[in-house]
Amino acid sequence: MTISGIVRLEQVSRHFGATRAVDAVDLTITEGEFFAMLGPSGSGKTTCLRLIGGFEQPDSGHIVIDGQRAEGLPPYRRPVNTVFQDYALFPHMSVGQNVAYGLKVRGQGRAERDREALDALRLVRLDGLADRRPSQLSGGQRQRVALARALVLHPKVLLLDEPLGALDLKLREEMQVELKSLQRRLGLTFVFVTHDQGEALSMADRVAVFDRGKVAQLGTPEDVHDRPRTRFVAGFVGAANVLEPAVSAALGGPEALVSLRPEKIGLLAPDTRPRDDALEARIVDISYQGAFRRLQVELRTGMRLSVQVAASISASFSQGMVVWLNVPSAAFNLLEAD
Amino acid sequence: MRSERQGRGLLRVGAFITLLFLYLPLALVVLYAFTTEERSYQFPPPGLTLRWFAVAWSRTDIWSALSLSLQVAAVATLLALFLGTLAAGGLARTRFFGKDQIALLLILPIALPGIVTGLAMRSSFDLLEIPFSFLTIVLGHATFCIVIVYNNAVARLRRLSPSLIEASMDLGASAFQTFRWIILPNIAKALLAGGMLAFALSFDEVIVTTFTAGQQQTLPIWMLGELIRPRQRPVTNVVAVLVILITALPLVLAYYLARDGGEEHP
Repeated sequence: MTISGIVRLEQVSRHFGATRAVDAVDLTITEGEFFAMLGPSGSGKTTCLRLIGGFEQPDSGHIVIDGQRAEGLPPYRRPVNTVFQDYALFPHMSVGQNVAYGLKVRGQGRAERDREALDALRLVRLDGLADRRPSQLSGGQRQRVALARALVLHPKVLLLDEPLGALDLKLREEMQVELKSLQRRLGLTFVFVTHDQGEALSMADRVAVFDRGKVAQLGTPEDVHDRPRTRFVAGFVGAANVLEPAVSAALGGPEALVSLRPEKIGLLAPDTRPRDDALEARIVDISYQGAFRRLQVELRTGMRLSVQVAASISASFSQGMVVWLNVPSAAFNLLEAD
Repeated sequence: MRSERQGRGLLRVGAFITLLFLYLPLALVVLYAFTTEERSYQFPPPGLTLRWFAVAWSRTDIWSALSLSLQVAAVATLLALFLGTLAAGGLARTRFFGKDQIALLLILPIALPGIVTGLAMRSSFDLLEIPFSFLTIVLGHATFCIVIVYNNAVARLRRLSPSLIEASMDLGASAFQTFRWIILPNIAKALLAGGMLAFALSFDEVIVTTFTAGQQQTLPIWMLGELIRPRQRPVTNVVAVLVILITALPLVLAYYLARDGGEEHP
């Protein structure tokens, strides 16, 4: 593991007209990690990935990949390969030819590249389908071909653009596990872009949350989920409650902008008031979420909070009921003032 | 419904009359290639014979005109394939100031009346003191052949996913390798269809050719000359049958190729 990181972005900006798609981003990706760039559409995460891949060039700033300046280099001069969102398989070639393409343009002999392509297909458990056309494969299989085609070149970093976006839910969960185990087995740096926070949190070692062209927060999944730094991160990652200073103080927290996770708010029945200054709230909505229930409660002030309770105790609450809120002081998470 | 049935019957009759109107003259041209009467076209032909095919075969003026037309069409088509593909490649995906205007200027020659194109080229060749020759005929034809190839290529390129090209570059291919291994195989059918269409158009072109040819005669020009002299008239019809065959085949092929090439590859 190098100290400087396998990929480093220094004050990188990319503008499209007046839009700052990527705005002075600093980012260091460590060798061998599974790194997620998470954000809503238009947040700059995809442009950032394309800047690393070489499909975009920065307007300013530096990009260093594996110790080498990469800005200005075309995609084919960078030790990275990309799995495209639409997979971008070549329709006029067989699966085997698709995977061997990168070796072919490098001038490798037929026998050698066929053998390596087969190895790569075996890695993604698709050996036996080498003679098929991409149009004859399912979505999940195409995704694996795209993976094999990128991995066969032994890149230093594998870039994945919304790799699971086009798959249905069940397949997506399977591929999450498979991608993760593939990454561990190969010990390779994976950088993937997603707008799905669940996907980012469950797969990545570290997550960069993008907001309007900037990295709003960079940290482990626990960091960004439990200790968001800004109002945006708190809302986007895990839909936490964001409380203004006065509301926070009224609930027993610090008089500052804070976030409060829905599962950390306790609800007590009307006859069990926890403290003299406890706040009361009315349940306005209960929605079924499987193992738990998500409740909307309304404070006297009209402010609404989202509360999560286990299914086992949810039976004691009903819509319209007035309850006491009990929030442990450790549950308040300070946010940067915006 | 009675009126609906009547309407449909009328429509059928109308379609039949239209087809008759379009194809009866062609049928007559073919018929009189076999007539035994050589000076006038009387109906019905007094008798049928294959004699004119033998006569046409032995006429050297027909052979030289046919050969010139085939050569002009071939060279004009090749030129159009080269330039049309380059123009399409340059304009299909890029964005720059004045791009729409350039695209319009590229297509304009096909909308211009042939007589204007012909006149313009003739005066240009005069001004530049280029003698009328094989080359000037080719240049005249290339003006509209390029448009045909360009249109076919640009339509296909627009449907090609841009990520295919990025994927190729990502996998280490240079621009030339990407063109050779990814773009060309995907637009080949469209190019072939455009090329055949261009060939057919060039092969039977009269108007521009009359302005840009010197003493040479392409096949259509030869036919035009033949109509004035009533000597061995059915020979002209024999040549017309030949022209129908030479132009119809590529057109039919181009139609099927273009249809085939239109299929989206998932």
